Amino acid sequence: MRRSYRRLLGALLGVSLGAAMVAAMPSPAQAVEIEYWQYTFKQRVDTMDELIKQFQAANPDITVKHVNVPYDNYRTRIAAAIPAGEGPDVTQLFYGWLGDYIHAGLLQPLPTPAFDTAAIDRDFFPFVQGMKVDGKYYALPTAVRSLALFWNRKLFKDAGLDPDKPPATLDELVDFARKTTKRDSAGNLITAGIALDTGGQDIPWIREGLIREFGGTPYSADGKKVAFASPAGTAAVQWYVDLITKEKVSELGFLTDGVTAFRSGKAAMTIDGSFRLGALDGQRGLDYGVAELPSRNGIHSNYASYWVNGITSKAKGEKLAAAAKFLAFVTTPAAMQLWMEKVGELPARVAVAKTDAVANHPKYGPFVRGLSTAVATDFVDESAQRKVMMDMIDRVLLKQTPVAESLAIASTEEQKVLDTRK
Amino acid sequence: MSTWLSRQTLARKQAVWAWIFLAVPIVYFTAVRFWPAVDAFSLSLSRWNLVGPRHFVGLENYRHLAADPVFWQVLGNTFEYLALGLPISLFLAFVIAYQLDRVRTGQGVLRALYFLPHLTTATAMAWVWRWFYQPAPVGLFNGWLSLFGIAQQPFLRSTAQALPAVLVPAIWAALGFQVVIFLAGLKAIPRSYYEAAEIDGAGSWQILREITLPLLLPSFVFLFITTSIGLLRIFDLVYNITAGGEGGPLNATKPLVLSIYQSAFARMDMGTASAQTVILFVILLAISLLQMRLLRQR
Repeated sequence: MRRSYRRLLGALLGVSLGAAMVAAMPSPAQAVEIEYWQYTFKQRVDTMDELIKQFQAANPDITVKHVNVPYDNYRTRIAAAIPAGEGPDVTQLFYGWLGDYIHAGLLQPLPTPAFDTAAIDRDFFPFVQGMKVDGKYYALPTAVRSLALFWNRKLFKDAGLDPDKPPATLDELVDFARKTTKRDSAGNLITAGIALDTGGQDIPWIREGLIREFGGTPYSADGKKVAFASPAGTAAVQWYVDLITKEKVSELGFLTDGVTAFRSGKAAMTIDGSFRLGALDGQRGLDYGVAELPSRNGIHSNYASYWVNGITSKAKGEKLAAAAKFLAFVTTPAAMQLWMEKVGELPARVAVAKTDAVANHPKYGPFVRGLSTAVATDFVDESAQRKVMMDMIDRVLLKQTPVAESLAIASTEEQKVLDTRK
Repeated sequence: MSTWLSRQTLARKQAVWAWIFLAVPIVYFTAVRFWPAVDAFSLSLSRWNLVGPRHFVGLENYRHLAADPVFWQVLGNTFEYLALGLPISLFLAFVIAYQLDRVRTGQGVLRALYFLPHLTTATAMAWVWRWFYQPAPVGLFNGWLSLFGIAQQPFLRSTAQALPAVLVPAIWAALGFQVVIFLAGLKAIPRSYYEAAEIDGAGSWQILREITLPLLLPSFVFLFITTSIGLLRIFDLVYNITAGGEGGPLNATKPLVLSIYQSAFARMDMGTASAQTVILFVILLAISLLQMRLLRQR
């Protein structure tokens, strides 16, 4: 009995040893394979496949394995895989997560001279400098996003407004919203002048748009202190809340969320990101335009966010060289141009974004113009910081807390979040 | 191997094979279920964002939770779901099952209709109810209210009404399963008991109190346990019915499981998430032990 066991064990050992030896042998072609990860989103995946095809044609000795993970668990999957050394050599990350990864030593600085710091400073939109730590860049975006005002041409026309003239200022926005709001005889909201949604893009609009346009600043220059509990911050939030309580041109939760309200033609305006264009273009019967965020006293301010590509600490030697080559390839002007055409996100290089074809595009143009005054919030915890602001608005609307007091509470809460920064 | 096995008795052979087959699920459950559950305890004593190294911090996560008013609000919400949901749903389910049991024609159809919501996914249900709660003229309930000239209600946009408003679809969805269990319990009571009671001149109220309810106790205890656990673990309904999945407004509807989810997967704070998981585990364990004792007393 013992002997037969041993024989089985021996056979198993032999097979696995053989397999291990085959795996360890260098392949004859000296090909390098690197792994690239991003989240699943059809246009992003298709476009990246196309870029990889082009890259491999130009670099026959490198193979790029493209892995995509459903968005809902992308953040956890990547956070589990990279420390285990199992994951990608080049990966896409949300810009707000980068601090954690750099701090944990999971990303390596982009190698110089291929990625020249001064050249990146000069060529990319200024907010990309958030990816620079101690003078070294750790990641670069292919594309960036900003906010804009969407307006419904038909509802403008019905209300006697010029369907081709969106509001240019906040005062005009209030005026146009009043004219397009419709209520039934019982006073119920039928059409909102503007769809407001604190679960959508309204919080970044308030934080980086309205507060700055009212002359304030949401955070101190070094990003360490909350600064929105100020007269300017109060005025900005009051203006926003007044749309609901005083002007009565909107209600939070109207038709469940802002996108649904605008999409179904029940809201004359809304604030949203470039990533919404795809969904809205597929909506039959919706005739809408896109305009730059309305300004106040000549001040324009916008919010930018982006996904970046970084090289993980797993990539060494020739894999590192291949990873750097690939990252350089996906951040070329040509790649950005393709990404914009296929995915609908804006080029991260100023020169590509400012070409006439892009800047004058009826739908991309307003977003691109917004980029020059856009700020990317230096998040410690995006989700916690958004929640603080949502609650701040809800306290004013549901508990009748004065705006200044509610902002003061939010300021204390958010400062606690900022203080956890390593 | 076969030589060794062939020398064993039949009973031993069977035992060996049973263990070989059992080993697969045991290994699987140990690796996938039990080990992570045990690890959650040690994780609750650490600070970890999934990306960096784990730091041992002792009871700091628990101290943070104890000092956090939102955590207490969340815990209060969780028990409010239980305290409101459990009696209301069991009472309704029993009344419906009791009446259904007496109906002779169309009982199958009615039973199927009550069971239908139980088969619906909570996500789809949450979205439909979200629309029901809209202000008029879109929302169904506010539409009815305005028909009778009653003032519009904010429902999900009110810190006072939001939690009951979330609870209604939860009760509605659970009803089908509870009714079926009660019906089975009712059918298991021998007819002869009722006949004997009737001959002795017992009224229907007396029969209900002296025969039906005591004999239905096992069904009650079973539903008490499963419904309690279900209500304490409420998540998908709240996540989908509240704006941005935040359990708002102002945390008014946020249950413990949603808070755990947000700590872990939105804030990447695995330590706090695990600490809350341990607290939920202790609560569930206490309730289950209490109910098992109730069962044993019979």
